[in-house]
Amino acid sequence: MSFWNSSRSGGLVALALVIALLPLTFPNTYFFNVAILIGLNAIVCIGLNLLIGYAGQISLGHAGFFGLGAYVAAILSSNHGVPPLAALLLAALLVGVLAFAVARPIMRLKGHYLAMGTLGLGIIIAIVLNQEVGLTGGPDGMPVDSFSLLGWQPYGDRIWYWIVGVLLLATVWLALNLIDSPVGRALRALHGSEVAAAAAGINVVRFKVLVFVTSAILASLAGSIFAFYTGFITPGEANFFHSLELVAMVVLGGLASIYGALIGAAILTILPQLLTVFHDYEMMMLGLIMMLVMIFMRKGLVPTLANLLWRRGS
Amino acid sequence: MTLLQVDDMSKAFGANQVIEGLSFGVSPGAIHSIIGPNGAGKTTLFNLITGIYRADRGRVLFDGRDVTALQPHELAKCGISRTFQNLQVFLNMSALENVMAGMHLHSDHRFWPSLFHLPMITRRDRELAEEARRLMAFVNLEDYLDAHASAMPYGALKRLEIARALATKSKLMLLDEPAAGLNPSETRAIDGLIQKIAESGVTVILVEHDMRLVMGVSDHILVLEGGRKLAEGTAGEIRHNPDVVAAYLGESARKQ
Amino acid sequence: MADFLQFLFSGITVGATYALVGLGFAIIYNASHVINFAQGEFVMLGGMSAVFLMHLGLPLPAVIPLAVVATMAVGVALEKLAIEPARNASVVTLIIITIGASIFLRGSAEVIWGRSFHSMAPFTGSEPIDIGGAALLPQSLWVLGGTIVAVVALKWFFGRTRTGKAMQASAFNPYAARLVGIDQRFILMLSFALSGLFGAVAGILIAPISLTYSGVGVMLGLKGFCAAILGGMGNPFGAIMGGLLLGISEAMTAGYISSAYKDAVAFLIILLVLFFLPSGLFGKRRTERV
Ligand SMILES: Nc1ncnc2c1ncn2[C@@H]1O[C@H](COP(=O)(O)OP(=O)(O)O)[C@@H](O)[C@H]1O
Ligand SMILES: [Mg+2]
Repeated sequence: MSFWNSSRSGGLVALALVIALLPLTFPNTYFFNVAILIGLNAIVCIGLNLLIGYAGQISLGHAGFFGLGAYVAAILSSNHGVPPLAALLLAALLVGVLAFAVARPIMRLKGHYLAMGTLGLGIIIAIVLNQEVGLTGGPDGMPVDSFSLLGWQPYGDRIWYWIVGVLLLATVWLALNLIDSPVGRALRALHGSEVAAAAAGINVVRFKVLVFVTSAILASLAGSIFAFYTGFITPGEANFFHSLELVAMVVLGGLASIYGALIGAAILTILPQLLTVFHDYEMMMLGLIMMLVMIFMRKGLVPTLANLLWRRGS
Repeated sequence: MTLLQVDDMSKAFGANQVIEGLSFGVSPGAIHSIIGPNGAGKTTLFNLITGIYRADRGRVLFDGRDVTALQPHELAKCGISRTFQNLQVFLNMSALENVMAGMHLHSDHRFWPSLFHLPMITRRDRELAEEARRLMAFVNLEDYLDAHASAMPYGALKRLEIARALATKSKLMLLDEPAAGLNPSETRAIDGLIQKIAESGVTVILVEHDMRLVMGVSDHILVLEGGRKLAEGTAGEIRHNPDVVAAYLGESARKQ
Repeated sequence: MADFLQFLFSGITVGATYALVGLGFAIIYNASHVINFAQGEFVMLGGMSAVFLMHLGLPLPAVIPLAVVATMAVGVALEKLAIEPARNASVVTLIIITIGASIFLRGSAEVIWGRSFHSMAPFTGSEPIDIGGAALLPQSLWVLGGTIVAVVALKWFFGRTRTGKAMQASAFNPYAARLVGIDQRFILMLSFALSGLFGAVAGILIAPISLTYSGVGVMLGLKGFCAAILGGMGNPFGAIMGGLLLGISEAMTAGYISSAYKDAVAFLIILLVLFFLPSGLFGKRRTERV
């Protein structure tokens, strides 16, 4: 136990150092921008990895929760004068309630039916955001008033970098806590064998609902912050392709690995930026890289590399 | 006084009537065996008792309480635990965590305290880990205290499932073919383990094909054929029951 | 009444393409338990390569088989190069691989054919036929006829040929099929070829009605997936029914309620069905064995 605790705090300290020192290497604000996007994607992916990697329940619709978090916070704060922080929390509450309402029937589904159910849910959210032009501005998107808290306004990429950095660190810490607790054990158990988990007294449905709602709320929070940070959102944030991107980040980094979710988010956020030099070939390359990594590193980057190092070491 | 009472239970899968009008009682503090040829419905019966399948008809009473329509986790809470014929180990966890997962009902699994790793959570978890180690020793798995479940051999996994079932601290434990696939010396070890479990005060219902094991440990035997009760009694009575000899023992004797 | 007929015609036409795409999902799922998210890309490839070959001045009777064969070849290549090396990988890993393939194929199509929309001339005239006051495009008849031919051929293939029977058998029980000497790898390859075929046919048939472009496969693929799930995953003929049902409901919604939410209909139906019948409309209700 103490070993786990020490390795955990070691990881957290390392992550804190990376977040603290990274800006020293940034030549311009563009890098801050990319780093912020990585952080926000990572927050979503950590939640999603609790759901997919630890509890074994796939979701192809989490961009829907991200988009909803962005839009609800934006609409409440920009159109109805709700203080931004309250808008963000209300959005999280609303998404949580929505996720809770659909979780029972959705989490009853298994395998490909579950993939279909979550995919459908995400797409319906995206379509609503696209069509309710009066509320959301439709496909053209909507501007978002900047964030303010008691008169203080985080302005510029640097400040947002620190905000997102701290939130990411907190998310990693909480996720690691959860995994290494009876709750995390119950989640992993129902992934290992649902019947055996139930036979051990684990209320399988309750824990599935719990992890689904938790991951949806994390996506919503990241979405709201994204809206305040960029100041402009479009329904694209909620679309199917973004949902796939999020799952791809989780799987690429490594299922059931909190740091894997972070690495996966970093790679798939940076990669398209790098690939823009290939212009027309960008999309082709992205698809190709995704395929190659998954074919040759089935367990994802972090677990595969950790395994390699482990073997070298011993 | 019976601990478990099954009344007139029936279950069909499509046109296949697997359990038909089955009634029996299990008195506390003994080893009860259920035997019968493959496909007799033994595993289905376990799945019905533990709430994994829903019966078409009939009632289950446990500890005097009607538990017929309860969910599997609710039955676990009532005090029924089990192992599985086809291993259902959590292969994504360490051996110790498997046993700790079995202690779920006795752990503090509230969400918020777990999320913040409050001291009460970690303290309780340390106690559980200690107890899980003891249980692993109880089933002779002390060599695997640090092992990952996916790296353990089959025989050890069989015992790990028993340790996980013990971890629930149940009153009644259903063991579905715990010796299947084990070699003779491993089977003897399981034999001793079952007796140790019964001595610790847990009532055991055992499904097993190994007749030597069954005849040796059972206080009471129920013979199932085609989903119906063929015979019931002590090992001696069953051994000499002409129906059983004809339908079951005779057949397995011929095979050997 | 004329309105209703009109909506029905367009519903059946679109539904037939969903059905063909769904069929592709079901066939691959049966052979490998993989959900091929690149299925929609087969439709796009069929349509785009047909348009391209027409541009080269080839006659329609040559264009169709060439475009179909080209798409089948892509299907086989996808199976050989990406799916087969990753057999035994987890379901999510395989899903990501096919998603990668889908992105790759769409990207390649953009590189080869650009991002613009293309139209294709109808096979036989564009003069609508009047039926009960509703206009039926001749191309719709082609779509319907093509779908019927495809389904009948598949039925014949599964029911009458050795290979088809082997494919059915190994979907039903892969282990037993291996024991009697059915070559799983061949079956797998064949399944990708067949879904390439059905995808391409759908893409070519529908190209003269709706414009075709590099991204056309995304929604079609998802709707096809809906059709396959609605029919009970792995039940090819259920997928056909599912596709038609979705197409018709969509057209009716667009006609009578709101065209804005037309695309949501399929997903709404699928959610409702899954909530109440977790294994689809025509899927077998089974108690999971423990
Ligand atoms: N989930 C299920 N679906 C359909 N049939 C089942 C299911 N579970 C068991 N059966 C059938 O019930 C019968 C009894 O099986 P089982 O209870 O496993 O027998 P035993 O454990 O005595 O060997 C068999 O014919 C088996 O095929
Ligand atoms: Mg059995």
